[in-house]
Amino acid sequence: MENNSLLIDDEKLLKENGYDDHFHDHHHDEDPYQSNFFSKYVFSMDHKMIAKQFLITGMFWAVIGAAMSVIFRLQLGFPEDSMTWIKPLLGKWIVIDSAGVGHLATEFYYALVTMHGTIIVFFVLTAGLSGTFSNLLIPLQIGARDMASPLLNMLSYWFFFLASVIMFLSLFVSTGPFAGGWVAYPPLSALPQASSGSGMGMTLWLISLTFFVVSVLLGGINYITTVLNLRTKGMSMWRLPLTIWSFFITAIIGLLSFPVLVSGFLLLMADRSLGTSFYLSEIFINGHALDNVGGSPILYQHLFWFLGHPEVYIIILPAMGIASEVLSTHSRKPIFGYKAMVISIASIAFLSFLVWAHHMFMSGMNPFISNFFVIFTLIIAVPSAVKVFNWISTLYGGSIRLNTAMLFAIGFVSMFISGGLTGIYLGNSALDIQMHDTYFVVAHFHIVMGVAAFFGMFAGIYHWFPKMYGRFMNETLGKLHFWGTMIGAYLIFWPMHYLGLAGVPRRYYSFDVFDTFSQFSDLNKFITVAAIITFFLQIVFIANFFHSIFFGKKVKEKNPWKSNTLEWTTPIHAGHGNWPGNIPTVHRWPYDYSKDGFDFIPQIQPPLAGETENH
Amino acid sequence: MSMIHRDRIDYRNKIHPHKLALWVALGSILMMFVALTSAYVVKRAAGNWLDFELPQIFYYNTFVILLSSVFLQMSYKGFLKGKENIYKYMLVAAFVTGLAFVVLQYKGWTALHQIGIELSGNPSGSFIYVISGFHALHVLGGIVALILALVFAFKLPYKPTYKRKNRFELVLHYWHFIGFLWVYLLLFLFTQ
Repeated sequence: MENNSLLIDDEKLLKENGYDDHFHDHHHDEDPYQSNFFSKYVFSMDHKMIAKQFLITGMFWAVIGAAMSVIFRLQLGFPEDSMTWIKPLLGKWIVIDSAGVGHLATEFYYALVTMHGTIIVFFVLTAGLSGTFSNLLIPLQIGARDMASPLLNMLSYWFFFLASVIMFLSLFVSTGPFAGGWVAYPPLSALPQASSGSGMGMTLWLISLTFFVVSVLLGGINYITTVLNLRTKGMSMWRLPLTIWSFFITAIIGLLSFPVLVSGFLLLMADRSLGTSFYLSEIFINGHALDNVGGSPILYQHLFWFLGHPEVYIIILPAMGIASEVLSTHSRKPIFGYKAMVISIASIAFLSFLVWAHHMFMSGMNPFISNFFVIFTLIIAVPSAVKVFNWISTLYGGSIRLNTAMLFAIGFVSMFISGGLTGIYLGNSALDIQMHDTYFVVAHFHIVMGVAAFFGMFAGIYHWFPKMYGRFMNETLGKLHFWGTMIGAYLIFWPMHYLGLAGVPRRYYSFDVFDTFSQFSDLNKFITVAAIITFFLQIVFIANFFHSIFFGKKVKEKNPWKSNTLEWTTPIHAGHGNWPGNIPTVHRWPYDYSKDGFDFIPQIQPPLAGETENH
Repeated sequence: MSMIHRDRIDYRNKIHPHKLALWVALGSILMMFVALTSAYVVKRAAGNWLDFELPQIFYYNTFVILLSSVFLQMSYKGFLKGKENIYKYMLVAAFVTGLAFVVLQYKGWTALHQIGIELSGNPSGSFIYVISGFHALHVLGGIVALILALVFAFKLPYKPTYKRKNRFELVLHYWHFIGFLWVYLLLFLFTQ
């Protein structure tokens, strides 16, 4: 593979072969966007800076969301032990009984579970994952100066920021944050008097998530428009890296499903404040009958899950795209079945809109209608299996570099298989009679879309950190982070399958009144200890991340991973506009690894003499 | 930030990115209303549903918003053909009829109130208020865009540049969309 010296130098290609879009014609200084401190670091319109803002805000939320899970795991693992030591942080939510033992207040336990779900699903794995990498990679990998509308892109981040501030404030309201579960089913979410968190906490939750949807829509409009409209010369759709395909299709799913959630919220807001009864009927609170008649809480579930199910693909598709790219680059092999991968992403996206009611099998739905949803749910296994097969085939026979990014990408595949298999169980409405609302469900979705999506995100962070900051993250700490998290995640979630099969219900504060579940108290302790250790390993990652921004090993060459995609043809510290001169033109697909004696042939290389088939 | 260098690239494409972005956004607005009307169907099928006649004024009003669309289209044609007066005064006509639509929708809600259909009553009535109210909010958004278009039309010297044509088309497409969205909603409510 010594042939690579024969390739033409990037700079020469950009200069002679690039596309001149007259980027510099109207500006005579170094920075054509005329940025000052505020417009560079705060109200930035540069997609690369916006990506970092999404990432760091997402990391902030990830720490809060994970810390919440540690606190409620303490309650589940060690229900007898005093939690007085955490009173300085949680204040009145730790109730000290007559014996001097501090207990987590029951309402606050529910609030923690609710906020953990809301934060991780929306703020971390949607905004932090898709927001970060769509912003960073779409313009860089399609050869564009920036997004179609940098202004909307900036607004997208600041709406997310606003949503974050409101949600954060709701944690400090005296009646507590919303506590009715992240799905916010009525009547708990619709009646302010239903529980302490259903008042102010729920109002703030609704406002926050509405702003969040605005952020997702503004971002998504930009991603779709940019991919369709601003690809550089030669970058046909079939030459897009799989990352871009996955972000593109993710954005389409988001634009079709999030508005439905807004409609659901709109009716919920009307029920809360205008006295309507869309979701309410014949309800008694404290012995008093309410006036509301004629509504149906199931209606909300339909609207919620019409978003809710596509939402899990909004979370996992970007992770799939990142894993594909990282696996191919670091095994020095073309991705196996590129077109099959694209078609699988598209068919998963299509099917995601036909399966929402599998979240509602036990809601009293007509079992004959359930059949329809069972079939489509199980069909999703087909494109998913195609993808898994292709990832493994990509690895097979490759010259694998086991760096941290690659480890996380392989870990992603492992998690996706483990969690995907249990999905086949849960997709059956008959099995759901036993397993609905148990820890089996918790184990399933945490592995398949929680841990797997985090792994995709970690793979992306370790892989593109050199592009983001011009430095490498520490590999030793990275490997410690990977192995610890990989083992820790399985230790946390694997045992939960057994709990679930035995019927242990999720969302319960304690099991001391159920003798049948007392046999699991040791297992619950074990899970809690594993969760605490895994949590602290993430602190290692965060320390590594911030330390490396300032002190990491410097990137010396433009293309440290010897990758084919266009982002590695930009300068190490690319300014706003990405390429200082011409934008690159593209002559091939992004997966020419180990081809015709070349280790890799970047997308900007024109066809070589005597080259076999050109994609 | 200047968009000039960006527009250069855009000429290579048949469709301006802002217009494509608008269409994508219209798709998601449409999804919002599809969700509301689907919720209507699901709720109706679940029973406990009060049937009533939709007040006539909602039907008449459909002509008002379609007329407004026609006026805006004529204004756009005037803009393209250099007929400055048609461009300006048809724009005013579109604005006035657009505003009239919102006022008449309000009349429609009072007509509902008079036949005893309240916002906080049976969901069958609440749906009418929420769907038409949410649509009216989108019309108001369009009216804001029309006000901007009026300011451009009357303050700036008439000059049919590529940039102004494109900007006009953004308003035009949104306004037609909002009009036809109402036709969809009305046909939906009529056939239900």
